Amino acid sequence: MTILNTFFYIILPYLALFIFLLGTIYRYRNVKFQISSLSSEFLEGKKLFWGSVPFHWGMLFLFFGHLTAFLIPRSVLLWNSHPVRLLVLEVAAFAFGLSMLVGLINLIYRRWTQDRIRVVTSWMDHVVEILLVTQVFLGLWVALEYRWGSSWFASSLTPYLRSIFLLEPRMDAVVAMPLVIRLHIIGAYLIVMLFPFSRLMHALVAPLDYIWRPYQRVIWNWNKNKVRNPSNGWSVYRPKNN
Amino acid sequence: MDVRAQMSMVFHLDKCIGCHTCSIACKNIWTDRKGAEYMWWNNVETKPGTGYPTKWEDQEIYKGGWEKKDRDISLKGAGKLRGLMNIFHNPNLPVIDDYYEPFTYKYLDLIESPAMNDQPTARPVSLITGKPIDIKAGPNWDDDLSGTPDYARQDPNLKNLTPAEQEAMFQLERMAFYYLPRICNHCLNPACVASCPSGAIYKRGEDGIVLINQNVCRAWRMCVTACPYKKSYYNWHTGKSEKCILCYPRIEAGYAPACMHSCVGRIRYLGVVLYDADEIHEVASCDEASLVNRQLNMILDPFDERVIESAKKNGIADSTIKAAQYSPTYKFVKEWGLALPLHPEFRTLPMLFYVPPLLPVMASLREVNNQAQAEKMNPTAKYWNDNWLYDTSTEELWGTIDQARFPLKYLASLFSAGDENKVKHILKKLLAVRIHRRNVTVGDMDKAKVDQVMKDTNLTSEEAEAIYYLTSLAKFDDRFVIPASHREQSMEMLEFTGDTKGSVGFGLKSDPLRSA
Repeated sequence: MTILNTFFYIILPYLALFIFLLGTIYRYRNVKFQISSLSSEFLEGKKLFWGSVPFHWGMLFLFFGHLTAFLIPRSVLLWNSHPVRLLVLEVAAFAFGLSMLVGLINLIYRRWTQDRIRVVTSWMDHVVEILLVTQVFLGLWVALEYRWGSSWFASSLTPYLRSIFLLEPRMDAVVAMPLVIRLHIIGAYLIVMLFPFSRLMHALVAPLDYIWRPYQRVIWNWNKNKVRNPSNGWSVYRPKNN
Repeated sequence: MDVRAQMSMVFHLDKCIGCHTCSIACKNIWTDRKGAEYMWWNNVETKPGTGYPTKWEDQEIYKGGWEKKDRDISLKGAGKLRGLMNIFHNPNLPVIDDYYEPFTYKYLDLIESPAMNDQPTARPVSLITGKPIDIKAGPNWDDDLSGTPDYARQDPNLKNLTPAEQEAMFQLERMAFYYLPRICNHCLNPACVASCPSGAIYKRGEDGIVLINQNVCRAWRMCVTACPYKKSYYNWHTGKSEKCILCYPRIEAGYAPACMHSCVGRIRYLGVVLYDADEIHEVASCDEASLVNRQLNMILDPFDERVIESAKKNGIADSTIKAAQYSPTYKFVKEWGLALPLHPEFRTLPMLFYVPPLLPVMASLREVNNQAQAEKMNPTAKYWNDNWLYDTSTEELWGTIDQARFPLKYLASLFSAGDENKVKHILKKLLAVRIHRRNVTVGDMDKAKVDQVMKDTNLTSEEAEAIYYLTSLAKFDDRFVIPASHREQSMEMLEFTGDTKGSVGFGLKSDPLRSA
């Protein structure tokens, strides 16, 4: 049992992080062309709305919720110190979880039933979708069954996750958790591990720099004045334009 | 003054015969690939008609281009806030059915069919799903179908015409149409560049060609919405957007782009123009009434000493300045004032200019009494019970333009943001050149009348001859004045000129595979 536990809660997270880092960096540097959100809205737009929108917004809220609880657990505990605020947080999180589940089911249904979408589907898309839907389902189950997750996550799970990042892993807290929660944790590691091999990559290239860049973009392949000036040394630098 | 060089085109619509050779040349070189079957970087439309994609000019549907807001402009259907909020589902994205579902036929069935009593047929199949489909549309489904309720009468440019004017346009005897070939306009204020969240689209400083970096494109697909001309296309197979690249590998080597090289009617002209980049934003956000004039004023005189000096200061090569001086685009657009941008009201400052067509307005229809003529005919001849005369006489000088079969309002809504006088002025000038040439070659016209025509349009006979030469006799090197790309000063404009089969034509060394 200890061997299995060690594998799932200590070896797996490190393996997942290692594969995630190496894979994403390799892919970004070497096969940049393949990084794309692979939108299929062009082939089918109406049904996508009821899948993509609830899924992504739910996902964004829950991702940043988990992240906050991991990075600044004290803030979550402080917020939850008042029962009304705790209830607001839990209900909101559950609603976003539901929206994510509904969105995912719509997306999977669309992918399975639309001929055009099936053409642009790879086996990895199925793997990712099934993994995600399982993960969301487990998450909702945890939220219902083992209340109040936002509080006990911040107090019990954050130390475990932190111990992993501090390279002195302690899994006592996790091992004592109920099975559903442990499955949810393992699912998270699997998703992290699959990142570089799947369309999830597009989350890493979210175009946030669009907010502060100027609208128009002009690229010179080389600085003509500089090139013509014989006193300048030869430079092999050229802007990356393709 | 920030002088930049821009590759700029003129399409002479009077010469377009609608043969689609340009489209085929382009398709064979660039878009004959999976995921790109439906793309026509170059396409030819019949006007009046709905075009490709259907009703692309109607920005109430597609939300393309810029919108004036007070003194500034903003993207109509994309932009920083709207683009990022709609990134999970873009409500203004055209889907493939707005273009057409690409198809082929199962030709193998014709060969492999067993012996039987009936002819085997080649069923149409979708190039997306591979399943049999009923073909509903194609890229030029409205070809030559002016007057039809499905196409011509759905033309978005008709919305400013009164119902009576529209009816008059589509009377069987009066019906006219012309062709509108379209490629990417390589705009000075491109909406596609501004809308791209990844920053994958850029304008090349050297020649102003707008390109999409395929390695940076992440399929956020905002450019498809933002381009009011719908000339940015989404490749559903690779998950990348693609667009006309003005055949830049050919231009860098001194060749004309494929569509222009292959043009049968020789309607296309390509040349460099110099413009003042400092003015881009100001001009793009000016009043609609002065939009065309101000856009044309941005183009600088390449003979002006001050312009040449600041061009040199900006590193523009002497050969490029010389090319700008010989540029056929400069002649048509600035010197003679014969060409106008397509839909300037989209505020992208397009750099493809059109000489509006004279043909639909050339002849007028007069009601005459044909009775005497009919009685002279053989009794077995078919008797046409009409009293129309297709009048091409020059008795009334500007009569044909004043009573055009096409309301000038229609042409104005395409080429001058609704200003009829601009179109009229150009049509008069074009007609004047014809009258001048008629006088030279046939000589059947009254000298005073010809002089009057030339005076009315402010043309000298030298100018008229020059217009005639560049319109009708121009050789290859007159039509395409392409400056050297000066590779001696840098190894390559591109990083890699190698390409792989099935690639997108951007010099990528990796295979254009989609990710898992």
